[in-house]
Amino acid sequence: MRSRIAQSLTIAAFAATLAACSSVPLDEQGADQAGAGQGGAGATTGQVMDPFNPQSVLAQQRSVYFDFDSYTVSEQYRGLVETHARYLAGHPQQRIMIEGNTDERGGAEYNLALGQRRADAVRRMMTLMGVSDGQVEVISFGKEKPKATGHTEADYAENRRADIVYQR
Amino acid sequence: MTPETLSRFVRTAAPARVLLALVLLAAAALSWRPAHAQLRVDISGTGATQYPIAIADFSGDDAGRGIAEVIRADLTRTGQFRLVSAVGANLTVDTPVAYDDWRARGADTLAYGSINRSPDGRYDIRYRLADTVQHGQLDGVAFTGTDRELRRIAHQIADRIYEKITGVRGVFSTHIAYVVKQGSTYELQVADADGQDPKVALRSREPIISPSWSPDGRKLAYVSFESGKPVVYVQTLATSQRVPVANYKGNNSAPAWSPDGSRLALVLTRDGLSQIYVVNADGTGLRRVTRSPMIDTEPVFSPDGGSLYFTSDRSGSPQIYQTGLDGGDPRRVTFNGSYNISPRISPDGRTLLYVSRRDGAFRIASLDLGSGKEILLSDGRDDQSPSFAPNGMQVLYAAVQNGRSVLAGVSSDGRVRQTLSVLNGEVREPTWGPFPQ
Repeated sequence: MRSRIAQSLTIAAFAATLAACSSVPLDEQGADQAGAGQGGAGATTGQVMDPFNPQSVLAQQRSVYFDFDSYTVSEQYRGLVETHARYLAGHPQQRIMIEGNTDERGGAEYNLALGQRRADAVRRMMTLMGVSDGQVEVISFGKEKPKATGHTEADYAENRRADIVYQR
Repeated sequence: MTPETLSRFVRTAAPARVLLALVLLAAAALSWRPAHAQLRVDISGTGATQYPIAIADFSGDDAGRGIAEVIRADLTRTGQFRLVSAVGANLTVDTPVAYDDWRARGADTLAYGSINRSPDGRYDIRYRLADTVQHGQLDGVAFTGTDRELRRIAHQIADRIYEKITGVRGVFSTHIAYVVKQGSTYELQVADADGQDPKVALRSREPIISPSWSPDGRKLAYVSFESGKPVVYVQTLATSQRVPVANYKGNNSAPAWSPDGSRLALVLTRDGLSQIYVVNADGTGLRRVTRSPMIDTEPVFSPDGGSLYFTSDRSGSPQIYQTGLDGGDPRRVTFNGSYNISPRISPDGRTLLYVSRRDGAFRIASLDLGSGKEILLSDGRDDQSPSFAPNGMQVLYAAVQNGRSVLAGVSSDGRVRQTLSVLNGEVREPTWGPFPQ
């Protein structure tokens, strides 16, 4: 019951995102890369759409951050997820890993489960956007591989994260 | 008490080095060899009952002093013994004991013995335990072994003394496993229960968590990230051979052995969020146990093998539950506080350990399942990974002291604390092994 409600909410929010899809904050970085002659240039935005090109938004913007004790994708990352989802839907052979992470507080195994829940929230959103389950593997590093190794609130915020990683 | 038993672990120290790294990842390497880290032990507190005992240096060879020191250290760490000085006793195993003199010194029991080196280099160790109150012998045993086996023999003598006096089997001959992180290197190590003689079971550039002893003490299950994600392996310590027993899509983690060693409970995310499954020890026969839309993790078998304790956030915050192996409707076990994880059950099934968050600090809690009485065993800021000694008398856990991760121990009643700190590196995920077989 609970998950069904969450799902319908997600669909509604997704529809809202679609209506405003040209205003996602990706444009700033994409602008000066347009027309660079890259084979994977996006048709609608003119951006380089190649996850293995370091200049591409697909390579540069692939982290979704989460609030403390939160496991839902916040509104500001829907555009980012949508960009990846659209690419993946158009490249059904491409596979990705979504890697969940947590801050260092608490037990190793429980944090592993929490990181997985974060990564799974990104997967579910992508699935609703047309990405097939076979393209995505959701895993977690829990608190074991912190990007920020300090112990401040800012470090913790940096580590509450799911990364989208394209598989070669 | 055979020489075979004595030399089992020594034989495993032979360089049976298998480099699975070639097959898997260059980062992960296997070896079974001595580690560099040394452990330092600090003890505080005393037990409710303290038995006064004198332990004389064993006479006949210089090694006799070392034997007595290991026995004294073992008994002291429990907090249950008060050492009476035996300086200058100069007793051989055949010396008649002046019971009343030792009784007058305050010792209710006296351990003494002889050690002699034979021409082939082996040692002959003979020990006796005298009861100065009853004027009789409580124990007397002879051992033989090489110099490398002397510590093990001393631990076995300490085990005998502990059991003769307290009536409870000693744990000085058992082993502990834990993960040491030094820089970017992770080592799964196995050491004697006193932290001495550590050996590396697995070295990797990627994290290792959740080591779990097989009931016969011959294998460790653990989670390694060496392939880029969490995968459950089972490794045979003597041979360093290992097999992935759970490598499904998503996470594979939290292995725990059934009491008969035939099965493992573990956690997979192949069907969504973390859920509990049971597999045969060789990885076959996978079967799902819990079916919730929330997180279910950290399973441990009850001592009778009939049920599992586990962590779930199905109530909105992580709590400990118990379920039959056929799933069914799990029963909630913990109710104090909003964060209770990492359950461990005592060997007699009566006491549950877990990590509880109280006022922002993570503490080791102990719950008497019969009375519902809960006590906090630790007072640190970030105490994790509790496990019982196989006799249920002590608890091992990971603590953070002065910004460093250390191994800590506490008696099951919370009265006696000890710290075993590695001189370099962080120690995590400790777990106490079973009785030797």
